Amino acid sequence: MIRPHPLDRVILRGLQEDATQSARKLAAGRLNSAAIQRRIQKLEEAGAIRSRRVILDREALGFGVTVFLGVKLATKGRVSLDDFERAVAAIPEVQTVQHVLGVYDYRLRVVARDLSDFERVLRRRIMTLPGVGQVDANVLLSEERRPGPI
Amino acid sequence: MRIDATDLRILRHYQAEPALPTSELAERAGVTLTTCWRRLERLRAGGVIRGVQAVIDWRRLGWQVEVSLRFTLDKTNPRAFDDFIEAARAVPEVIEIQTFLGRVDVRLNVIARDMAHYQEVYRARILTLPHIADIEALMHVAVIKDEEVLPL
Repeated sequence: MIRPHPLDRVILRGLQEDATQSARKLAAGRLNSAAIQRRIQKLEEAGAIRSRRVILDREALGFGVTVFLGVKLATKGRVSLDDFERAVAAIPEVQTVQHVLGVYDYRLRVVARDLSDFERVLRRRIMTLPGVGQVDANVLLSEERRPGPI
Repeated sequence: MRIDATDLRILRHYQAEPALPTSELAERAGVTLTTCWRRLERLRAGGVIRGVQAVIDWRRLGWQVEVSLRFTLDKTNPRAFDDFIEAARAVPEVIEIQTFLGRVDVRLNVIARDMAHYQEVYRARILTLPHIADIEALMHVAVIKDEEVLPL
């Protein structure tokens, strides 16, 4: 675990907004940019910055629908979990897969061109997954990422 | 804005590895460096590429608990969504706010240092949010896939 230094807060907040900016820009003339550069490298090496994500206009690219699915497995056991995870992660329309504890076993984020395209993905790809049981769908209307407690 | 097969090819590689130098991206997409530059500029100017964000691994920073809280709101109040979202924005431990069409109205992703801290955040800051009719919690156990890449 890393104990974030006050400078790390500036860096993480800045890079969450725009990961393409330089250490100099993050320093904004007030801070030492060489020190910032060193800290960025340290944060990356320590895995505090997991990845970088390109934010695209989904609709302009023809993906009008994002749906979150709560999936309950019908049969459980280690083998079925492995099979399910491997198969679900291979579906290109499935962007994220989270193993959760609660009313569902898995939470999936699925993108589709429109509702009928989503229906196709649901019927042909999701409902045919090994061990899949009850599925609950919620269509995403809006989404906002917050900087978090830093 | 018209997007052709070359744009899609560049975007596909760009999404897969956003930190790639443009020269390397051009090579992978099979276009010249100039074309790649020009296309990226055009896609940025047209708002198709909105930016690149760093994704933080909160666990590494000491926030060990992540919970997905799904809310049903009291929709008899016309301000329910606005009030709720405004109040949720003021909670630093909330890292994602999503609204839905379906059985769930709003979902918050909440992080905490440990279970005791989560309990504290939940009681003091979440249960006090306005217009809640029902809450359902999903505790995150593991991330199996996290790409948020479009199947272009």
